[in-house]
Amino acid sequence: MSIGCIYALVALGFVLIYKATEVVNFAQGELMMLGAFLAYTFISILGWNYWAGAAAAIFCMFFVGNFVDRIFLRPVLGQPQFSIVMVTIGFGYMARSGAGMIPGWGTETYAISTPFSSEGMSLVPESVGSLVISQTDLSVIIATIILCAVLYAFFTHTRLGIAMQASSQNQLAAYYMGIPVKAVFSMIWGISAAVAAAAGILLAPTTLIDTSMGFIGLKAFPAAVLGGFGSIPGAVVGGVIIGIIETLAGFYLPPGFKNVAAYVVLLVVLVVRPQGLFGQKTGKRV
Amino acid sequence: MRFLFKTDYNQDIRIAKHSGYYWSYGLLLLIVVAAPYFLEGYYIGQMTQLFIIAMAGVGLMLLAGYTGLVSLGHAAFFGIGAYTEAVLTSNGVPLPFMEEPVIFPFVISMPLAAIFAALAGVVIGIPVLRLTGIYLAIATFAFALIIEEILSRWESVTNGYTGLLVESLYIGDTELTDGAPFYFLCLGLLVLVILMSINLLRSPTGRAMMAIRDSEVSAQSMGVNLARVKTTAFALSAGITGLAGALFAHKLGFLSPESFTVFQSLELLVLVVVGGIGSLHGAIFGAMFVLALPQGLAILKDYLPTAIAETPGMEPFIFGFILVLVIIFEPYGIYGRWLKIKHYFQMFPVYKKATFKRQKAYMKSERLK
Repeated sequence: MSIGCIYALVALGFVLIYKATEVVNFAQGELMMLGAFLAYTFISILGWNYWAGAAAAIFCMFFVGNFVDRIFLRPVLGQPQFSIVMVTIGFGYMARSGAGMIPGWGTETYAISTPFSSEGMSLVPESVGSLVISQTDLSVIIATIILCAVLYAFFTHTRLGIAMQASSQNQLAAYYMGIPVKAVFSMIWGISAAVAAAAGILLAPTTLIDTSMGFIGLKAFPAAVLGGFGSIPGAVVGGVIIGIIETLAGFYLPPGFKNVAAYVVLLVVLVVRPQGLFGQKTGKRV
Repeated sequence: MRFLFKTDYNQDIRIAKHSGYYWSYGLLLLIVVAAPYFLEGYYIGQMTQLFIIAMAGVGLMLLAGYTGLVSLGHAAFFGIGAYTEAVLTSNGVPLPFMEEPVIFPFVISMPLAAIFAALAGVVIGIPVLRLTGIYLAIATFAFALIIEEILSRWESVTNGYTGLLVESLYIGDTELTDGAPFYFLCLGLLVLVILMSINLLRSPTGRAMMAIRDSEVSAQSMGVNLARVKTTAFALSAGITGLAGALFAHKLGFLSPESFTVFQSLELLVLVVVGGIGSLHGAIFGAMFVLALPQGLAILKDYLPTAIAETPGMEPFIFGFILVLVIIFEPYGIYGRWLKIKHYFQMFPVYKKATFKRQKAYMKSERLK
């Protein structure tokens, strides 16, 4: 369930970018990794408070996302989608190996000390039944819910959020309406990177931080597709479902199925219902 | 400067555009055929590797560069080809009506490896035909991850992570899979594959593929059978990549699932993009790039200060960096740059930059409400 929430958060980052710019960001997992490393720098190396460090990391990642859009993606704006995807793949390579080169980060594995204990706590009274969950997992679930609520409010109730929706529906029309489309794209990248950073920080106690933790981003693809690429609630539901399926496959099926279960689901979804659970049926304009 | 006049309708689909082609490509062929006689063993090995990777590149180029279907899982086909070849030639396969397990000669096993990979291409191709663009890429990606898991778990056949030894091939007493004989085998197959691709691309099927790349809807309205052409492209591409995989198995001599991961798929894709998407030359240039980069960096390391040279992860960093640079500044890759340089000298005093200018456009949404 909690791993599902992580998938959901990473998938949320994909969906945000895809919805607004129709780019699939193959470096989402790497953004998450950078966020986690920033948090590690603030909390463990500089010795800040957990909350301050996490907030600072999320804040910094917002600018990193912005910067990535400015430097790497704006020059290829308007090119075929495939080239843009390749740019994100290239950036993924750079981020993964670049993080290994920064002194203090390196290629080793690190942990962040968190205020949450990994001990189990009971959610319901003993008399009702046993439902035990660790504080770490609970923190992940609660943070996911809060983030989703904040994002939902942002997209429906603020001027900027509505501008983003507009530019995702029709770039040219949005541009005519006076929306600075390019700046909006940079903002979207920033928000998406911030969400990724939050996911990375939450994931840190479970899997520890290293430069290859970005690969978990690959598991978020099935989540995003299952929910229907381009649907925010879909990404969350898809992430949770993929997390549950994976855990169940680990329990009931022979070893090896756990790793591929998510991808089998992905292929089945693409064949049976390519628009996903929540996606809209789309046609193509010529 | 040579002026080409259209005097014949068949001119458009002629293999050689003018007599200069015979000279330049003939010379190139002569050089690569003569190469083993004056190169050292190490370079022959490298050239062989180049031919194999270039062949896989041609396979992916047919799909990504000419049909516009981006596959993020080509290492899977590469792997299927390699493992098929290894299993068929090494351990022998128990067949019905045969007392002993049959060990296939390579003239049969290599085409079989290609056919197996092509079949896998059809299997993945048919269900994902309805998908376009990014969904297709993700589907092939998922497929590749599943194949990778199968390669590592199906231990009775693939030996899992312990690895699988590949037997050398012999004709009479000469070992075919080492040194110069293997060089000629790879070169011959590569030339064959390239000629076949050129021939395909001027045929109706090939032109239908390019029509699909440029616009699926218009191709469909011109009477192109989308499903059939796409499946053909998928099968051919997978088959060629599988054949390259079979050669690769012999080159490596030892197979383990680590050689066929998602990273190899990405590397193939980078090869196609950096070499120059949409041209067979690009596949060759790209293969040169992918092979030469690690070597070039190794040489470069001697000249850099130790602090920089010793850092791990230098190579993937440069790899990603060059990929980004190429896409931003030279979307048609090394071959595109080559064309520009050639054009510059041909037009010498009057070269205009605008000849190769690309049109920028606001992205049109693929969504329709």
